[in-house]
Amino acid sequence: MTHLDGVVKPKTKRSKRFLESRAPKLVEDVKSTMIMKGGNTSQTVTTALKDIYSLKKPNAVLYKKKNITRPFEDSTSLEFFSKKTDCSLFLFGSHNKKRPNNFIFGRMFDFHVLDMFELGIEKFVSLSEIKTTKCPLGTKPMLVFAGELFDTDNEYKRLKSLLIDFFRGPTVSAVRLAGLEHVLHFTALEGKIYLRSYRCLLKKSGCRTPRIELEEIGPSFDFVMRRTHLASDDLYKLAHRQPKALKPTKKKNISSNVFGTTFGRVHMQKQDLSKLQTRKMKGLRKRKGEVVDEGQEPKAAKVEN
Amino acid sequence: MAACSVEELLAKAEQEEAEKLKSISVEKELDLEFDVGNLLACDKNRIESRDFRERGKEDFLRSLARDNTQLLINEIWKLPTERNEEVLVAKLPEQTTRLPREKPPPKPRPPTRWEQFAKLKGIQKKKKTNLVWDETAKEWRRRWGYKRANDDTKEWLIEVPGSSDPNEDQFAKRNKAKKERVAKNEFNRLKNIARAMKIKTPGVGLLPKAQQSKDELLKAVSVAKTSTASVGRFQDSLPKEKPPKNSGKKRKFDPLIGDFSSEKQKQLELLQVMGNKTPKLDLTKAVNTQMREEDREEAAARRRKGRKMPGKGGKGKGGKAGGGKGGKGKGGKAGGGKRRGKPGKQ
Repeated sequence: MTHLDGVVKPKTKRSKRFLESRAPKLVEDVKSTMIMKGGNTSQTVTTALKDIYSLKKPNAVLYKKKNITRPFEDSTSLEFFSKKTDCSLFLFGSHNKKRPNNFIFGRMFDFHVLDMFELGIEKFVSLSEIKTTKCPLGTKPMLVFAGELFDTDNEYKRLKSLLIDFFRGPTVSAVRLAGLEHVLHFTALEGKIYLRSYRCLLKKSGCRTPRIELEEIGPSFDFVMRRTHLASDDLYKLAHRQPKALKPTKKKNISSNVFGTTFGRVHMQKQDLSKLQTRKMKGLRKRKGEVVDEGQEPKAAKVEN
Repeated sequence: MAACSVEELLAKAEQEEAEKLKSISVEKELDLEFDVGNLLACDKNRIESRDFRERGKEDFLRSLARDNTQLLINEIWKLPTERNEEVLVAKLPEQTTRLPREKPPPKPRPPTRWEQFAKLKGIQKKKKTNLVWDETAKEWRRRWGYKRANDDTKEWLIEVPGSSDPNEDQFAKRNKAKKERVAKNEFNRLKNIARAMKIKTPGVGLLPKAQQSKDELLKAVSVAKTSTASVGRFQDSLPKEKPPKNSGKKRKFDPLIGDFSSEKQKQLELLQVMGNKTPKLDLTKAVNTQMREEDREEAAARRRKGRKMPGKGGKGKGGKAGGGKGGKGKGGKAGGGKRRGKPGKQ
């Protein structure tokens, strides 16, 4: 590919397809995640990273080697990696004396860091420790957030948005009712965040909607919030801008009344009433030579009577 | 009696209904916020820390999760469903949570010169059929591409039009015209791209860059020199300027009907060379083969040195006269083979 002022022009169809898949689109695809390890990791951190990788399987990359970087101080290497693999979400795990069992959840906009949250793992139960049948790979999970902190505190609001982005999976237009198996439940309580992952069993209830019974599968985390790096308000607003083409076009001239009848206005041009098309009545048709008599006849009749 | 039984039945029915709904109904202070498009539910109710600690964390969390999931499932079951290949599927509504994009939205491509003109004139794009009827082949063929209908280039007979020169090659003329059309199209396409990317392209010469290399500067100088009215003939050159390396025509052929005497000379020389019994000596080739052989022997000697470490130094068989033997050619090869064979035997 020849470089022209940083713009690459594809020479083969394959490279063209590759560039098109990475170019910005109107409706975006699933965000992919890169999961990486820091300079020093503990057993907990490595198993936890592997578990989250298995949760996000098709849309995640797990790096095996350790990367000696500090995301909160210098995010250039993270940005480089994200540009190379076209991933906009990242999860960085590390362990040191000052911050044991550390997870950094983050997301990117235009390959620059938007938000970063450092969460410490206090308690972790891995997938392999809980011995039950798991959900199949790639099921879209249901997300439940509990706790008023997620709505009152600013940092927790951003964290909620990031967690939704992270765990929601591909956007679908319809979902199979029997396939709603996986539930991720986040609880914010007393400055801690509890993540539990359940498999829901749909039991018969008297009516159409089934009764839910939960069975714990999957990793369970007890997080504590450490440092954060939030994007400025302008950058956050810029990242949320949707292209105009996506806005649904308004249908004009449609209004409805209280009863639900839809109305529309029809704008008529001025009509020439002399050329109006009415019902033809043969009797009223004008005959030759009668116009003058009609006026005089009734008068004559009156006089006679 | 009947009245009592009716009342009883009604009461019973009500009780049953209540029981059925009990299993799926959940009591909450505040209603949850749902985003069914994302399969998301948010519970804003206060969580009592006392309950949390009393009952044991896992059980408390599990019951809370069960209640919230039940409410979410109730919402999902309210959606319209359809049967898609024996599978019951619920159609999800639009997502209500606004999440940030991955990349900024794409900028629309600016219209090309033709598109602007067409818009101005009101010219609409006409949809064309994929296949066209080919009279000669009597079948439907594609409009352009491999094995196209009414292919101009495959014609074996072109009538010479009355107004043109009878000695002109019509086939060559057609080929040349096509090449020019293709080149013009490509040029316009690249100009459109440059205009879209807002890159300034020079008419002839170099692109503006931060650092120019030596070759590019020399090229720039030569281009500037030839862009005068007399194409650089009366321009003074700089003190250390060398004439440009690849100027002029790339390949030069002698004209077909040119200098008869030189042509005769060349052809006689050729016949002489062909008729020679001894091979012609190509000096450069001989020297090159000699040098290659010397290098090979040096390398072999070094390898032997490395293995055995004898006191032998220098070349074993090096230093022969260059012109002593013939180079490549039938006689040369045989001679070389003979020569190499001798030391082997010894």
